Amino acid sequence: MKLFEYEAKEVARKYGIPVPRGRVAYSGDEAYSIAREIGGEVVVKAQVLVGGRGLAGGVRFAKTPEEARELAVRLLGSEVRGLKVSALLVEEKVCIARELYLSLTVDRAMRKLVYLVSDMGGVEIEELARRYPERVERIYVEPEVGYTSYMSRIALSFLGLPWSVAGELDSIMKAMYKIMVDYDAELVEFNPLAYTCDGRLVALDAKIIIDDNSLFRHPELQALHGRELSEYEKRAKELGFSYVELDGDIGVISNGAGLTMATMDSILHYGGRPANFLDIGGGATRDRVKEAVKLMLAHPRSRVLVVNIFGGITRCDEVAHGIVEAIKEAGVYKPIVVRMLGTNEEEGRRILEEHGIKVYVDMDEAIMTAIELAKVR
Amino acid sequence: MGILVNSSTRAIVQGITGREGAFHTKLMLEYGTKIVAGTSPGKKGSYVHGVPVYNTIEEAIREQGPVDASIVFVPARFAPDAVYEAIDAGLKVVVVITEGIPLHEELRFINYARKRGVVIVGPNTPGIMTVGECKLGIMPAHVFMKGRVGLVSRSGTLTYEIARELGRGGFGISTVIGLGGDPVTGLDFIDVYKMFLEDPETDAVVLIGEIGGDAEERFASFYKSLSIKKPVVAYIAGKTAPPGKRMGHAGAIISMGVGDYASKRRALEEAGVPVAETPSQVPTLLRRLLAG
Repeated sequence: MKLFEYEAKEVARKYGIPVPRGRVAYSGDEAYSIAREIGGEVVVKAQVLVGGRGLAGGVRFAKTPEEARELAVRLLGSEVRGLKVSALLVEEKVCIARELYLSLTVDRAMRKLVYLVSDMGGVEIEELARRYPERVERIYVEPEVGYTSYMSRIALSFLGLPWSVAGELDSIMKAMYKIMVDYDAELVEFNPLAYTCDGRLVALDAKIIIDDNSLFRHPELQALHGRELSEYEKRAKELGFSYVELDGDIGVISNGAGLTMATMDSILHYGGRPANFLDIGGGATRDRVKEAVKLMLAHPRSRVLVVNIFGGITRCDEVAHGIVEAIKEAGVYKPIVVRMLGTNEEEGRRILEEHGIKVYVDMDEAIMTAIELAKVR
Repeated sequence: MGILVNSSTRAIVQGITGREGAFHTKLMLEYGTKIVAGTSPGKKGSYVHGVPVYNTIEEAIREQGPVDASIVFVPARFAPDAVYEAIDAGLKVVVVITEGIPLHEELRFINYARKRGVVIVGPNTPGIMTVGECKLGIMPAHVFMKGRVGLVSRSGTLTYEIARELGRGGFGISTVIGLGGDPVTGLDFIDVYKMFLEDPETDAVVLIGEIGGDAEERFASFYKSLSIKKPVVAYIAGKTAPPGKRMGHAGAIISMGVGDYASKRRALEEAGVPVAETPSQVPTLLRRLLAG
């Protein structure tokens, strides 16, 4: 789960990491009064959970409070890279001498936390790592040891920063590690981290991603979970499904993340377009299957539904009952192509065929059938 | 033979009295796995499908003799404790079925295990099975025919799907192993491939990857560097997955520009590993590769 920039900066501030003076605004008037408080030139930043805001016009400068209000009114309610803007961060404009990059994240291959450091801040790290790998320094952290100060001296030297900010960099990196652990984060990133004209370090942008698996021990964050989801994603999540919206017209229900993705990919391979990713998980009961099918029967864009089940823990008879009940309750007609295999397969097939639903054994055949059906509807 | 587990492996089930633990203990016993004991704190003295239950692994070993491996069904918030117990009790292989363990806990116990030479399979894995010998997992056993292909995967049901396709194409499996669906896992493709290289009963390997991370790319460059190798065919799930979205598994996410389908496919193909477009293509590509 991603935190908004203003939330990440609140966390950073709480841990003593210098960030620009400023606050979140939800209206033009609020933007106006924050800009007045700050005095001088301010930056108005759209709070959306997507990268590349600056290029998309989501970050603007205002010389006066009036200008800040105008900008705020224009930005609020608009869309930045497809996401609606409902909050803004209004901050002092900082005089930047150098833009740096500093993050703490997980290196999957090394199975360790790693600080990524670069003197090319402002560029997205993926591009940085791809195009200028020699400009990115990696400092690994042993889980049993944690952060220790020499790491900041390596970073300082790599960045070519003066010794006068050594203490500051040490406390920033130390605080990042503490945030990482305290918040169960996957990523704490400052990009850019500014070296200011008057020789200080300030985090101009901040990004924190929380590990979803850890939310159970962060009740204060649980409430925030799911807010970046679309309406359908929210409903699916409430029902306990793993769901992602796509843009095609063939609805997908499957069990297991890998098989669900393989179903989507095969639809694409045979010339169709998947509408979604819906994984009912392992061992789904008939009620859960029913909810999943009802959700997709009501899905506005999908014309046809593919249900692809490989029964292991999941039982085909439960799936069959769920499908039949969903059709009865939904009152919406949409062709459903069922491919089912594995535990209690015969019983599942019998139940569906009694209700006139053909059951496929072969995945490719089921998918090709669904694609044909989507074409004629 | 096969890798990591075989007919002589003596195993315990951690969390044996839970719903999943008990159910799969039965299935593993039916498969012929030597389950010598189970643990469940406070349940000492009871039996699950004839398997004696203890409060600790230490007691289990004292009364039942040496144990090589464990399979963990303990809920996420207590699972790390179970893993440390298994490592400290001297077990060599710990299979962590549990899904949803906090990332930082995983980092800690995986590093702890690796430093002590203990293999963690998972977390969030369907487990491991050496066909016809030992099953420490939750996979439907009947799908896996005995044979000479090693199967290593980041998925669950997709692995069963591809195993079935392989069977239909006349290919059986030596050992099937699920690496786990989380961002950080005890084993990666390189670790497992090295084991398959050493296994006289494995002739070829099928690798099932998915979007997220760079484990497939790293495997590709490792494979390229080898002078002696066994042939590999791959399938990668997630061609249609949008960036930034978690596709079910915590590990299946294209983030910070890393982990997309195209990059994995390119890396594997450049290393001489054919990549199937659909699960059904896997046996076809494998046959072609083996025919040279």
